Amino acid sequence: MSTPPQPEQLPIPDLAAGAEASKPLEQQDQPARPMWRMVLQIFLQNKLAVVGLIIVVFFVLFCFIGPMLYHSNQVLSNLRSADLPPGSPSHLLGTDDVGYDELGRLMIGGQSALEIGLAAAAIATVFGSLWGAVAGYLGGWVDAVMMRIVDTFLAIPSLFLVLLLASIITPTEGLLILVIAFSAWLGPARLVRGETLSLRTRDYVQAVKMMGGGNRRSILRHILPNAIGTIVVNATFQIADAILTLAALTFLGFGIAPPHADWGGMLSNGTQFTSNGYWWMIIWPGLCIVLIVVAFNFLGDALRDAFEVRLRKR
Amino acid sequence: MPILDVQDLRTEIAVSNGAVHAVDGVSFSVDRGELLGVVGESGCGKTMTALSIMRLLPSGGRIAGGRVLLGGEDLAAMSDKEIRKVRGKRIGMVFQDPMTSLNPTIQIGRQVAEPLKLHTDYSAQQINDRVIEVLELVGLPQPAKRINAYPHELSGGMRQRVMIARALVCDPELLIADEPTTALDVTIQQQILELIDDLRSRLGMAVILVTHDLGVIAGRADRVAVMYAGRIVEVTDTNRLFGNPRHPYTEALFEALPENAAETGDNLYSIPGLPPDLVTPPTGCRFAARCRYATDQCRSEDPPLRGDIAGHDYACFFPVGDQEMQVATQTHQIRRHDTGDPRARVEIDETKPLLQVEHLVKTFPVTAGVVLRRRVGSVSAIADVSFTVAAGETFGLVGESGCGKTTIGRHIVGMETADSGTIRIDGTEFTALRGKEKRQRQRDTQLIFQDAYASLDPRMRVGSILAEPLTIHGVGDRASRAKRVNELLGEVGLPRSAADRYPHEFSGGQRQRIGLARALALQPKLIVADEPVSALDVSIQAQILNLMSDLRARHGLTYVFISHDLSVVRYLANTIGVMYLGKLVEVGPAEAVYNRPHHPYTRGLIDTIPVADPWASKARGDDGVRGELPSAVNPPSGCRFRTRCPFAQEICAREEPQLRSFEGGHRAACHFPLEVGTAAGSRISASA
Repeated sequence: MSTPPQPEQLPIPDLAAGAEASKPLEQQDQPARPMWRMVLQIFLQNKLAVVGLIIVVFFVLFCFIGPMLYHSNQVLSNLRSADLPPGSPSHLLGTDDVGYDELGRLMIGGQSALEIGLAAAAIATVFGSLWGAVAGYLGGWVDAVMMRIVDTFLAIPSLFLVLLLASIITPTEGLLILVIAFSAWLGPARLVRGETLSLRTRDYVQAVKMMGGGNRRSILRHILPNAIGTIVVNATFQIADAILTLAALTFLGFGIAPPHADWGGMLSNGTQFTSNGYWWMIIWPGLCIVLIVVAFNFLGDALRDAFEVRLRKR
Repeated sequence: MPILDVQDLRTEIAVSNGAVHAVDGVSFSVDRGELLGVVGESGCGKTMTALSIMRLLPSGGRIAGGRVLLGGEDLAAMSDKEIRKVRGKRIGMVFQDPMTSLNPTIQIGRQVAEPLKLHTDYSAQQINDRVIEVLELVGLPQPAKRINAYPHELSGGMRQRVMIARALVCDPELLIADEPTTALDVTIQQQILELIDDLRSRLGMAVILVTHDLGVIAGRADRVAVMYAGRIVEVTDTNRLFGNPRHPYTEALFEALPENAAETGDNLYSIPGLPPDLVTPPTGCRFAARCRYATDQCRSEDPPLRGDIAGHDYACFFPVGDQEMQVATQTHQIRRHDTGDPRARVEIDETKPLLQVEHLVKTFPVTAGVVLRRRVGSVSAIADVSFTVAAGETFGLVGESGCGKTTIGRHIVGMETADSGTIRIDGTEFTALRGKEKRQRQRDTQLIFQDAYASLDPRMRVGSILAEPLTIHGVGDRASRAKRVNELLGEVGLPRSAADRYPHEFSGGQRQRIGLARALALQPKLIVADEPVSALDVSIQAQILNLMSDLRARHGLTYVFISHDLSVVRYLANTIGVMYLGKLVEVGPAEAVYNRPHHPYTRGLIDTIPVADPWASKARGDDGVRGELPSAVNPPSGCRFRTRCPFAQEICAREEPQLRSFEGGHRAACHFPLEVGTAAGSRISASA
């Protein structure tokens, strides 16, 4: 750097500039609001979103806190109290064909639905987003190869893929998570890749290059955070899908082996007794599946609106 | 009786926390054959005024009061059905962006015909004839053939001609043009303005020309209304406004123009602060908070719009300028504020070149097909460009869009790799470096982007944005980086609290300050500024230009300043390089290039720039570059400028001219260079 001229000769840059700079900042009396809070505000204005949120919170409490308060025997069958209709003493929602209490069983069964749903969606979202961001950012032949892999798996119907995998391995909860995630990551990968294609040409991503930053920084610090709206919205739909997939799997008998309880399994079991008029064996697990899936879909819709409004108001 | 008479128009737009009083008591009138210019900075309500006349307000907008009389009928009181009969028939409108105003899936002939189908009962043949007639009128070559063309087949200038044709096809009494040339190149801008001017006198219609550019209206408008914060603050005929502005805001706008200080190199006058929030407009004069003459009276009382002489009204208690002057005869003397030439304060070491660009060539392939990328052609973006920038110098690179100036900038900072040629920075060949070494050298060169907002990650706080270059290069620890961020904010005149805020919380000028601060973070030797002020209003532009010249003096920076605006470049640069279609056609000391250009393109470019001086604009006539920039896919043989050059001869097509030296380091690539003094009389310098 060459010698700077005497400082006193320099005009103070900021009589004009400082005024321009500081004024609007002071006008805004509230402190800097993080974006998530604006998103939350818009989110809470959406009534369906609040309904969805309440349902999800209810199910989390129901499945994980419920068994601590409501004790029922879910290990030993009790044929004396089998097939009891709802409203029976000490069996509020009735019992199934081997005498398990329906209410207690719904609680236990929901645990695996929520756990597997959340975990599978999380794995699928994280892996898929990274995959898509890397492919989209690097472009060229890397992109071509990575996306052809995605296309290949997408060409196989996902339920078929999952069934195939589930029939090869003996399912445990951990393995089921992986199996469901294995078919679910393709969606986020394609979505995020598309988003990345437009984000990578943005000046602020170009600026990283100009500053001498590497690809990893561009992807992790700039591209993924700016695709977060798409990713989060997709993740909520992923949870709903994973719960449905799990229910479908266990309904078809490829779920976790008994005595493990599961909504899909309960439903499947209940269908054997439709002719006996034991409607409660079908209605309760079915209702749970529908409610939780609808709730997550409400959440996803509301989040999408919230993120979009933020973009519009900016 | 005037064609349009707007009386006390008030327009409100509902927002979540109230209503924006976008237009607040505006009155003006336009006569037959008159061109009224409406000027003001962005957000002052000029576009809303235009949209209110057409009743095309955005959702939430409504006319809250006043009358809009078109030939005696009140448009504001009409039903939706009635106003639809006025739009497109009695009032034509031209929007800013011809790209988005035309439907890309419909042939232009059918789009121009649309108003006729809506408003007349012409037969298909009559419509066809009228469309061809109107397209011919706006200067579209071979209109009978072109009516089946789609918008993407036409250039930007031609699309804007089509837009004007569509506005004119029903012979409107009034044409409203909202920033009709802002999206166009300067040489095309000149042609479109000429067209509007010409049509108005031929068709005898009234025109309202809305623009932020004082230069655009100087040579064209009969009368000018200056708007500020939803009101007209001054209105009079063009010569009187430019010669004797009475409102301090008008005066400040003129003083902020870089051409006024280009010869002396003084710091520009910049209007402090920002326009007021129009949800709760301030009491008293709305300009008071930014006005250097404001008193307590200004802050409490609202000055009425009136004047000492007929035909010159202004809303100010303490008008500036000359009360007695009836008709001004020349540009008024600009008041000087600071002294000292910012260019002279910098030491330039001519013997020590900081940046050497030699024989730089870059060609982008044009591919077709999705799976197998066939190479079907190539765009010659940079074709053998060489220049040298000494340490401490400011090198201005000018040219129309698509001439390759931005591509050169991106090469200098290492964002692109050249096909051939070398770039040396401080003696080190930059182009040969790869990987880590290259990234290390990138510390020496930083880029400032045109769109500051787009260059700042919207999800990062300003503090993190400014610290990012330090983090990348592993400079200091967390605490020392935070300290450096504070220093940087101070350097560019932003408060420390800015570090905790997000980019969207800042105004355009502030964002460009953040961009500057980020560029300074690594203490670079060279800063490439790519159109840093072209997106800013003139008063904010002045602030940024002043800041850039201060920083240059304080840190001994070297700038490569890329711009399409020759007057901005002339103000800041020591040396100017003029580019045309990938070639450097002229380079030399700034004043020499500006005042004694040797290349016909430079001459034309200077003659085309709109000058905020009605006398100069009218005096220089129809010089300037004609036609449009040829495609860089197949650039013309020999001299690339020959297709638009008035002096082109056979040799120009055969042989490519090399840069030839003239006096004092001034070089130009032309077979028939202009002699010094040629045509000098035909042009009047920008500042009188």
